[in-house]
Amino acid sequence: MNYNWNWGIFFETSPDGVHTYLTTLLMGTGWTLATALTAWCLALLLGSVVGVIRTTSSPWMVRLGNAYVELFRNIPLLVQMFLWYFVLPEVLPPAMGDWLKQLPDASFYTAVIALGFYTSARVAEQVRAGIMSLARGQRFAALALGLTTPQAYIYVLLPMAYRIILPPLTSEFLNIIKNSSVALTIGLMELTARARAMQEFTFQVFEAFTAATIIYIVINIIVTFGMRWIERRAAVPGLIGAAAPVAGH
Amino acid sequence: MFSNFDFDVIIRSLPYLFYDGMTFTLALTAFATAGGIVFGTLLAMMRLSGVPPLAVAATGYVNVMRAVPLLLVIFWFYFLVPYIGQWVTGAPRPIQVGPFVSSFVTFTLFEAAYFAEIMRAGIQSIPRGQVGAAQALGMTYLQTMGYIVLPQAFRNMLPVLLTQTIILFQDTSLVYVLSITDFMGAASKVAQRDGRLVEMYLFAALVYFLISFFASHLVRRLQRRIAIIR
Repeated sequence: MNYNWNWGIFFETSPDGVHTYLTTLLMGTGWTLATALTAWCLALLLGSVVGVIRTTSSPWMVRLGNAYVELFRNIPLLVQMFLWYFVLPEVLPPAMGDWLKQLPDASFYTAVIALGFYTSARVAEQVRAGIMSLARGQRFAALALGLTTPQAYIYVLLPMAYRIILPPLTSEFLNIIKNSSVALTIGLMELTARARAMQEFTFQVFEAFTAATIIYIVINIIVTFGMRWIERRAAVPGLIGAAAPVAGH
Repeated sequence: MFSNFDFDVIIRSLPYLFYDGMTFTLALTAFATAGGIVFGTLLAMMRLSGVPPLAVAATGYVNVMRAVPLLLVIFWFYFLVPYIGQWVTGAPRPIQVGPFVSSFVTFTLFEAAYFAEIMRAGIQSIPRGQVGAAQALGMTYLQTMGYIVLPQAFRNMLPVLLTQTIILFQDTSLVYVLSITDFMGAASKVAQRDGRLVEMYLFAALVYFLISFFASHLVRRLQRRIAIIR
């Protein structure tokens, strides 16, 4: 293989004149994690609300929740990113659109919103499945004790549901980290984008991509082990914690 | 808001969007699904073979592929495939294969890791007694797999395999980064050429939505039918 390996490239100064290539990759990792974590908070919040709505007894609310999930699940993430980034500022009133376009770090905020909504549909599916898996008696018992419906959800149903759906939520969290790389198409300089930039400046393709791959694998291992630990501590005694296989990324 | 919405640009570019773009998207989806299921089944069999080197290799492959974003894998193979080609054919220099071939290779190898996990669950869903019964009848490993285990595993997992295919169909939009004219690539090229981002991206979203929505609707119906027979 006639390829000139040069692992020392990581310690050479990148075109910004200040940081080494290694530092730029680590800065990219920071953006990846910041994007994924912020989007995850949004996804958990929206996903829980929509998931709960889909388990209520009002047919209209359930239909609305179903429509939300179908909408965000059936459009590719790349297309959703473009809709938020290119289309939204155009269809808003001109003043608001201009403000959006001039926002500093616009690609970061757009990526968070796009990833958050995209993942929230998947979280909503899990939350709904978690609540539906609880015995009906739990809801009845909560209501019989005099709790209102919101109280029954907040104090009884949701805490149980979260503990049950923790394993699938872990894989959704791993997905959101990986999916944050799609934000490079709207100009977010996250890890994959930094590796790509490094490859373009130095032509050291395989060193750059190897480094990015290793960083992604390390993040994956840390998250997996951390979540296993939490899953063990949060497991509901008396339930068999086996998850059925689902398609996904 | 939609006062200057230009439907005409969509009508004008329909042949380009569907004849050039969607054809490639569907070809890539079909090829990667077929190749991914074949390679994924092999990986699942390796992983469950009980032969340590095979199991470790397959597990490592699946775990690495699943830990890394598809976009990074697309970039990897875009630069790696020429060198693999050189190595396989013994050519003096890296073979220029272009984005089309490299995207076919990428999606097949990447999706194989996901199909492998689905097929592994499928194989494990077959009662152990059936394997024992096949062996008692004198069947070899390949006969047991080919006639007894895999047909049932495949059937049990059909809804999940199809759902994964719908995800794969959506994922093919990421070949945009290699400037390939898939459906999304075609839409984005027209959008930029004519300055009609709003129309083209909304139309692309609508088309992806309709196809994925009806496909997943069909999968759910299939799932119910299979559930009754079993």
